[in-house]
Amino acid sequence: MGKRVGMEVSIAAAEVVGLCDVDVIAAYPITPQTHIVEHLSELVAEGHLDAEFVPVESEHSAMSTCVGAAAAGARTFTSTSSQGYALMAEICYIASSLRLPIVMAVANRALSAPINIWNDHADMMMARDTGWIQTVAENGQEVVDLLLHAYRVAEDHRVLLPVTVNLDGFTLSHMIEPIWLPDKEEVDRYLPPYKPKLRLDPRNPMTFGPVGMPEVYTEAKKAQDEAMNGALPVIVEAWKEFEKLFGRAYHPVETYKADDADLLLLTVGSVSETAMTAVDKMRAEGKKVGLVHLRLWRPFPAKELVDILKQAKAVAVVDRAMAFSTRSGPLCVEVKAALFDHGISSYVQNFIAGLGGRDVTVEDFEQMAAKTSDALAKGLPMTYEIVNARE
Amino acid sequence: MAKETGIVSWKELALGCTLTEPGTAAQLKTGDWRSKRPVTNYELCNKCGQCYIFCPDMVYSRTAEGYYEANYYYCKGCGICARECPKDAIQMVEEEN
Repeated sequence: MGKRVGMEVSIAAAEVVGLCDVDVIAAYPITPQTHIVEHLSELVAEGHLDAEFVPVESEHSAMSTCVGAAAAGARTFTSTSSQGYALMAEICYIASSLRLPIVMAVANRALSAPINIWNDHADMMMARDTGWIQTVAENGQEVVDLLLHAYRVAEDHRVLLPVTVNLDGFTLSHMIEPIWLPDKEEVDRYLPPYKPKLRLDPRNPMTFGPVGMPEVYTEAKKAQDEAMNGALPVIVEAWKEFEKLFGRAYHPVETYKADDADLLLLTVGSVSETAMTAVDKMRAEGKKVGLVHLRLWRPFPAKELVDILKQAKAVAVVDRAMAFSTRSGPLCVEVKAALFDHGISSYVQNFIAGLGGRDVTVEDFEQMAAKTSDALAKGLPMTYEIVNARE
Repeated sequence: MAKETGIVSWKELALGCTLTEPGTAAQLKTGDWRSKRPVTNYELCNKCGQCYIFCPDMVYSRTAEGYYEANYYYCKGCGICARECPKDAIQMVEEEN
């Protein structure tokens, strides 16, 4: 039986990675991720976890080490944030292209400049097209659950892609929360041992990462795209299995009081819980407002999202990163594209909020909802706004 | 044919473009875009083997008589052998098609 603990989310993340029998951890410290790998290094040093901990000199090397170890058939883990993620990005593309099931926790943080260690989603959006599966946690329990789910999905032979679990820096990484931590037996029941499909072995030599001439590169990318699309049903299946064993349900797109809503807020990450409080307040005032919160960022669950959004008269998309000059945040660009692809012309307003650790409050969500309803009523054009930017 | 050119369907590529057996580069026809081919005049050749040594694509192999023969399956027509030959025995001849 697992146990209920009061634990810092980063420590719980490290504990569950340890329970997953990880073989190789390669990491470089960066705020606000550091506690995760720091605790893993303790678990290894104190003999609680039989793994190699490789204290590398950069995130570029951290991911390179994971690539080599995963190619040799090891279960691997690393963690990063922001600038470290940017430095690691080159090898992130290689990990997904080589179809290596590496699991990474990213404590989401703003990108410099100005240098800022606090939470937003600039790093998550930067890594949008690295070819990794990306899930998003909204509280500490979900970090634990999604890490366990990540290994199961990544190593599934129908998938074989790396997975990132996104958790908001500080807001989640440094909080002490009540968390159900599974025990080893429960983890083993959910997560089978890693059996690589192909691996580096001197007795059976293979080349990982050969050059891809113009005659091959296009087909390689097509195969990768198909793999990513094909991962969606496996991700859902693994969540269903998780629900059976642990009783907690996850879906690519999740909702809160959305069924009869005229106006839907769309959020990603831990602000979703603040948005729920705002929805409760607005519902109490008789406003038909609901919440849609995205659990799965990649593969992008376009159809699932459209099926929910199309029921409302208006949608307020809340982005937590910039997509300069697109007159939109990166999430809203994709939401609008998905609606257009499905022939739905919803009324969409975009709010870019909570940049570089700026709080997003219940009142902010109320204002976003009010502005969207008002703009729809007045027939104003769809637009975007950087929330609370001082003039 | 597929292995000579590397042209395959995306469905036939191994996971992650991995090469699952060693030495497959030998099957790839690298000599398909040559504009000139090296031709050796064996009357002038003194079997020194400079062409064999300098060829970056290992096109030359030694025959039973000790001469060196080019394998056009791999030759890209770079002309290094012709330039290095101390007897000027190798001429670069225009490919006709």
